[in-house]
Amino acid sequence: MNFRYSFAGKRYETIQTRAAYVLLAPTIIVLIALFIIPVIQVIKLSFTSLNSTTGASRFIGFKNYTYLFASPRFWQSVLNTTLFTIVKLTSEVLIALIIAVMLDSHVPFRKYLRVSFFAPVVVPVVASSIIWIWFFDPTLGPFNQILGVFGLPQSKWIYGKSTALMSIALFSIWRGIGYDIIVFLSGLQGISDSYIEAAHVDGATNLQIFFKIKLPLMRPVLAFVIMMGFIGSFQSFTEVDIMTPDGGPGGSTLLIVNYIYQQAFGNSKMGRGTAASILLFLIIFSMTYLQRKISDRREIRDA
Amino acid sequence: MHKNKSKLKRYNIPIFIILMLLSICMIFPFVWMFLSAFKTPADVYTYPPKWLPSSFKFDNFAKVFQLIPFGKFYFNTIVTSVTQTFLQIVLSITAAYVFAKLEFPGKKKMYMFVQSAMFIPAVVTVIPLYLMASKVRLVDTYAGIILPQILGVFTTILLISFFQSIPDDLLSASKIDGCGYYRILWNVVIPNSTTAINAAILFAFLSHWKSYMWPLIITNSTHKRTLPVGLKYLVTESSSEYQVMMAAAFMSIIPILIVYIICEKSFTRSLTMTGLKG
Repeated sequence: MNFRYSFAGKRYETIQTRAAYVLLAPTIIVLIALFIIPVIQVIKLSFTSLNSTTGASRFIGFKNYTYLFASPRFWQSVLNTTLFTIVKLTSEVLIALIIAVMLDSHVPFRKYLRVSFFAPVVVPVVASSIIWIWFFDPTLGPFNQILGVFGLPQSKWIYGKSTALMSIALFSIWRGIGYDIIVFLSGLQGISDSYIEAAHVDGATNLQIFFKIKLPLMRPVLAFVIMMGFIGSFQSFTEVDIMTPDGGPGGSTLLIVNYIYQQAFGNSKMGRGTAASILLFLIIFSMTYLQRKISDRREIRDA
Repeated sequence: MHKNKSKLKRYNIPIFIILMLLSICMIFPFVWMFLSAFKTPADVYTYPPKWLPSSFKFDNFAKVFQLIPFGKFYFNTIVTSVTQTFLQIVLSITAAYVFAKLEFPGKKKMYMFVQSAMFIPAVVTVIPLYLMASKVRLVDTYAGIILPQILGVFTTILLISFFQSIPDDLLSASKIDGCGYYRILWNVVIPNSTTAINAAILFAFLSHWKSYMWPLIITNSTHKRTLPVGLKYLVTESSSEYQVMMAAAFMSIIPILIVYIICEKSFTRSLTMTGLKG
């Protein structure tokens, strides 16, 4: 039997409500098992000294956190991740925007160009990292060979303390930039032609049109790409784990997630690993919250 | 009218040349991999290194199968990513239908609940999930690889935005014909959204195929490793035999690249659809 009823001032039907709950139940159950329970567990674990090889675990209060705050290696991983993210994000977004604007102009072979920029995004990171390990080889790699042809000084790439992190950032830009380009391109194509034509009629140059019309209209897209890029890059793990599994020369490529992985699965220190992962979550959460706030305020000001 | 005009307009050649140069940089690693997969050790270890292989032989490919159970890794990756994709799409379709087309108390709260999963970094849940899996003896099993990776908030949001565009009249017409809500989903919503569902399948499959951290943690015997995890161990086991590594990379990259090139349009559209909704 189907009944109409009202709840909190809105009208519903019993059959529809039942169908909704039945269809939603699997998702909710999976969500509880894969997110809610683990999140509760992670908070509990971070206050214990759980060691997965010995199985010993006891409540130790904030000791994991105080350990991390005093650990130079943890701070190094935070610093490395921050530096990596700043370099990767600024150059990736800037270059992607320029390429997207160029792709938006009238050029032949657009499908080929789009595919070639996006292809690195779809292939397994492990497989492309393997190719780049060779590129970074100081004696056998093509990079140093190319530098040599132009008479430029050779680099030690991932094997040098000062160049390792930036080499990995270079790889990471290559493998991620296609996503930004595609999103920017669709943003640019979504801008109505009438704005551009009106500006042309008024005698605006292409550069003016870009900075005065296209860029302001692209702001929500830019904010989205920067936020996703930030979240993704703070969680980078694979490239470092493949190219410099021990954290690079002098720990120079150790990122936060690699630190967590080493602690939890290399040293069996589950408690310490979970505490570090909570700190990572807090960093990501506060930064995205801050960015939301800033872009919200801007929208209110502009409205 | 504007469309016709731009077709007559001449191509912007300087910009095209810049883009071509950039695109050569982007595909250079793949070209290098392709050529190097056929190189002999002598081609690789002379100075200066050769860019072209001296002959096209398949020795390196055979070597990959000698060094690691590559076929088994391939099989494992296919089994796990196909199952994960199937389960993820079933969950995404049902949840998306509920959020897009049905009304029930607590809908808004439930939606926020589902969405919130997107903001929790994977690394936060990895340790407790591993401990849970070892408690129920799922470590080093297919189920252990598959189950924790079947929730796709991204594909759910993608399908919600598409299902919302299906006119309500279409649904109420079949309701009058006596279809229940489950029948409407099966007979009306799904057949009318094949493009979006295909895009979601493709997206889910590609991301499961390349998934690395979880399979790395949950497997510990060689014969349960997936392709990305197996490749990691090839790096240590073949210790800088670059030409062999390239043959392995070649075999893992080319099939997925072909799938992508064939389905490029629908894939790109799905990305931008959700991308802009944010």
